[in-house]
Amino acid sequence: MQTQTVKIVVTGPFNSGKTELIRSVSEIDVVSTEKKITSEVEKVKESTTVAMDFGRITVDDDLILFLFGTPGQKRFDFMWEILSEGMLGFIVMVDSTRPETFKEARNILETFHAYAPTPYIVAANKQDLADAWEVEDIRLALRLDPSIKILPCIAKKKGSVKTVLLELLYAILDEVEGKTEA
Amino acid sequence: MALKGNLKDFSITQLLNLINLAKKSGALYIEGSSDIAQVFFRDGKITYAQIGDQEKDILFLLQEAKKVSATQYNILAERAKYLNDKETGLFLVNSGYISQSETFQVIEDYLATIMRTLFTWLDGYFHFEQNELPPEDKIPARLALESLIVEGARKSQELEDLKAEIPSLEMALKFSDRPGIDIQRVNLSPDEWRVISYVNPKNTIHQIANATKMDELEIRKVIYALLQAGLVEIIRPSGMPVAMNGKIIPQLNRKDQKSLVNRLIERIRSM
Repeated sequence: MQTQTVKIVVTGPFNSGKTELIRSVSEIDVVSTEKKITSEVEKVKESTTVAMDFGRITVDDDLILFLFGTPGQKRFDFMWEILSEGMLGFIVMVDSTRPETFKEARNILETFHAYAPTPYIVAANKQDLADAWEVEDIRLALRLDPSIKILPCIAKKKGSVKTVLLELLYAILDEVEGKTEA
Repeated sequence: MALKGNLKDFSITQLLNLINLAKKSGALYIEGSSDIAQVFFRDGKITYAQIGDQEKDILFLLQEAKKVSATQYNILAERAKYLNDKETGLFLVNSGYISQSETFQVIEDYLATIMRTLFTWLDGYFHFEQNELPPEDKIPARLALESLIVEGARKSQELEDLKAEIPSLEMALKFSDRPGIDIQRVNLSPDEWRVISYVNPKNTIHQIANATKMDELEIRKVIYALLQAGLVEIIRPSGMPVAMNGKIIPQLNRKDQKSLVNRLIERIRSM
């Protein structure tokens, strides 16, 4: 039987923790296309994803889940539509300590939802840091509908990432069972 | 947990919107370029505010609002010189100089003036201290934020900013489900009322703009103000085709889709 592959997209603004999230659960070393950052504004970290991150979780002999991370910088947004095609759902990562990125996170979220109205959840990353905004404050800042799940997340912790993935899968299951509207 | 940042990244209007929607109680401190402001909230309403050391007592405010004459002010100031604001307010109401509702109106007008000043602050570090109470000697007002937010949101909106806030005009609007909003009490402009009259999940923003003869900048400005005040929400228009139509994976039937998702769930659980 031919192996079936499905994909979940991990998106969000620059430096929100997309690569780290995929790295925490992928069974392969994340295939990452990273580039040295040149923009002064974006020099929060040394390198960034310019095409996509790529992680894999083998479910069984004939099913594989791929996790695709989108580039966070706006100048690479031409990749988003390509990556969103055929996805099961998507995770929007938000850096809870950087309110200056919330507007961009909302735009990314709306853009992805417009490309493919699949289920999605928001992961409020870096909740272990002192400057992190509360999850419910982030919900309001992002103008999220109450039906959209927003979860506290620490992308470098596997347990936290598992919870995020499971919540997205539950939302997808609800969708399949016809309990929610896209 | 923190609610802090810089007004460059998260404006006063957005902050007030968040505090209003979350019905927060506490103190907001803002370090502007030349002054420091503190604004106290209870259940999302302003109870007290102050910029710098400008602490205007109730008698001064009443005189400014022409509720007491200069002569009355001098007499009352002498009588009330050992009283705090709360005690002075009680004294004035009990003595029949002014009604309680007039007192609150004068205080709320003053608070609104302070907030209008804050709308001009585009830069400055802010932090919110949950559950911090206003000074005990001050008369606690209950100034609702919706009208102020609309007023603040009307200012200084460039098309590029508005495009970032409202990326698509093909979306629709619906009234917010939030309880406790009385839209009749919000001070809306004629343009805002015209847009309100077309709010319906069936009408796209584009259609509302056509019906109200507004250009792109005008309609975005109006909707931004209504969004910021939490009066409306952006939704997908009813009747817009949904790409998925119950099929997460098009080649599978519903039962197989469910089985596939359950296998994924089991796998992630076992990690």
